[in-house]
Amino acid sequence: MNGIHDMGGMDGFGKVEVEQNEPPFHEPWEGRVMAMQRAMLYAGAWHIDQMRFAQESLPAHTYLRASYYERWSLGLAKNILAGGFATEDELKAGHAATPAKPLPRKMTPEIVNAGLKRASFFRQQQGPARFQPGDRVRTLNIHPSGHTRLPRYARSKTGTVERIHGCHAYPDAVASGKGDDPQWLYTVVFDGKEIWGPDTDPTLTVSIDAFEPYLEAVR
Amino acid sequence: MADQKHGHGHGHGHGHDHHHDHDHDMSELSETQLRVRALETILTEKGYVDPKALDAIVETYETKVGPRNGARIVARAWTDPAFREALLKDATAAVATLGHVSPVGDHLVAVENTPQRHNMIVCTLCSCYPWEVLGLPPVWYKSAPYRSRAVKDPRGVLADFGVSVPKDIEIRVWDSTAETRFLVLPMRPAGTDGWDEERLADLVTRDSMIGTGLPLDPAQVRS
Repeated sequence: MNGIHDMGGMDGFGKVEVEQNEPPFHEPWEGRVMAMQRAMLYAGAWHIDQMRFAQESLPAHTYLRASYYERWSLGLAKNILAGGFATEDELKAGHAATPAKPLPRKMTPEIVNAGLKRASFFRQQQGPARFQPGDRVRTLNIHPSGHTRLPRYARSKTGTVERIHGCHAYPDAVASGKGDDPQWLYTVVFDGKEIWGPDTDPTLTVSIDAFEPYLEAVR
Repeated sequence: MADQKHGHGHGHGHGHDHHHDHDHDMSELSETQLRVRALETILTEKGYVDPKALDAIVETYETKVGPRNGARIVARAWTDPAFREALLKDATAAVATLGHVSPVGDHLVAVENTPQRHNMIVCTLCSCYPWEVLGLPPVWYKSAPYRSRAVKDPRGVLADFGVSVPKDIEIRVWDSTAETRFLVLPMRPAGTDGWDEERLADLVTRDSMIGTGLPLDPAQVRS
């Protein structure tokens, strides 16, 4: 979706403000939100792309006004409701009133170390890679209403395939509940001028990691 | 916007634009706290989460996982050419050979700064960040100013950090749009001949591994 989360290239947000000696969490609730989300992802309640989409599809003004972990808490509530893990009434009451829905597994204290190891996103390839390093490619001009990882600033742009990262679960499919739909993943690099126009810093190059369905060959 | 303000006032971002003239006097912060409390109670009562496991997850990110992991990787690459080569080829596999760094997922990529190129990492779409080697991302990394400007005006962003990269050096910005996670391998500072890994690791700042900073000047570090 062309949401407010897709911020690359926007103006008007001001300077980057750095907080010295920043703590991991500024309030205890921030850590609880992070941990709950990690535990629910581990449990198999939903996928990380569904977590991202829940936040992206918050109202734009909510997204902008919320802090990072406030967004996580709002997204978490959406994922819980969408997955049928609790009802609106339960969220309002602050207590469970209906039976739990079975989940594949549960994060327990004993397995936290192993459970926090990042999952692999490699998937069985469905066919040969269409592109090789050095190939010129163009990103598609797409504006899907659902989740995508092709940022707006990099659509309809010509670049060069630099690396192949193997075959990965495809976020656009995963977020909409269509399964992994594995796709080849490439680093595609663009000249700054291709993206931002002739006045751009001539030393700038920008790369994205692009799934094969985002790309077409340039001859 | 709030993101930016959150560099300072965590949890009160909501209130900034309000004049407290609406019909509820409960602050957004307490609404969030109440929401989070309710979520934890419900998820616990339903048996989806174990509060003790949540404690352990929080503690892990507060005390165990942080940029020291990444600094050790960088210091090893500075002292061991074979490791550097392996790291640039397949960072996940290379890091797995380091017993003192916890295992990373399958998709770590190390990108090397050279006299010709300076690398910077961003996630314009959310906040993808190599947690395993750098810990939790700082607020600025997740903020709208950084996410919006890094891909368009990286030198301007570097200036916000007080960093200047010579005009003839290529700036390469890596937008983390998939599950690949990037770690910048900064250049080893001059004046560190003969330093061991532990000492070198002290020079490797978090920001130097994101590309918004450089390693510390050896003269600034106690001998």
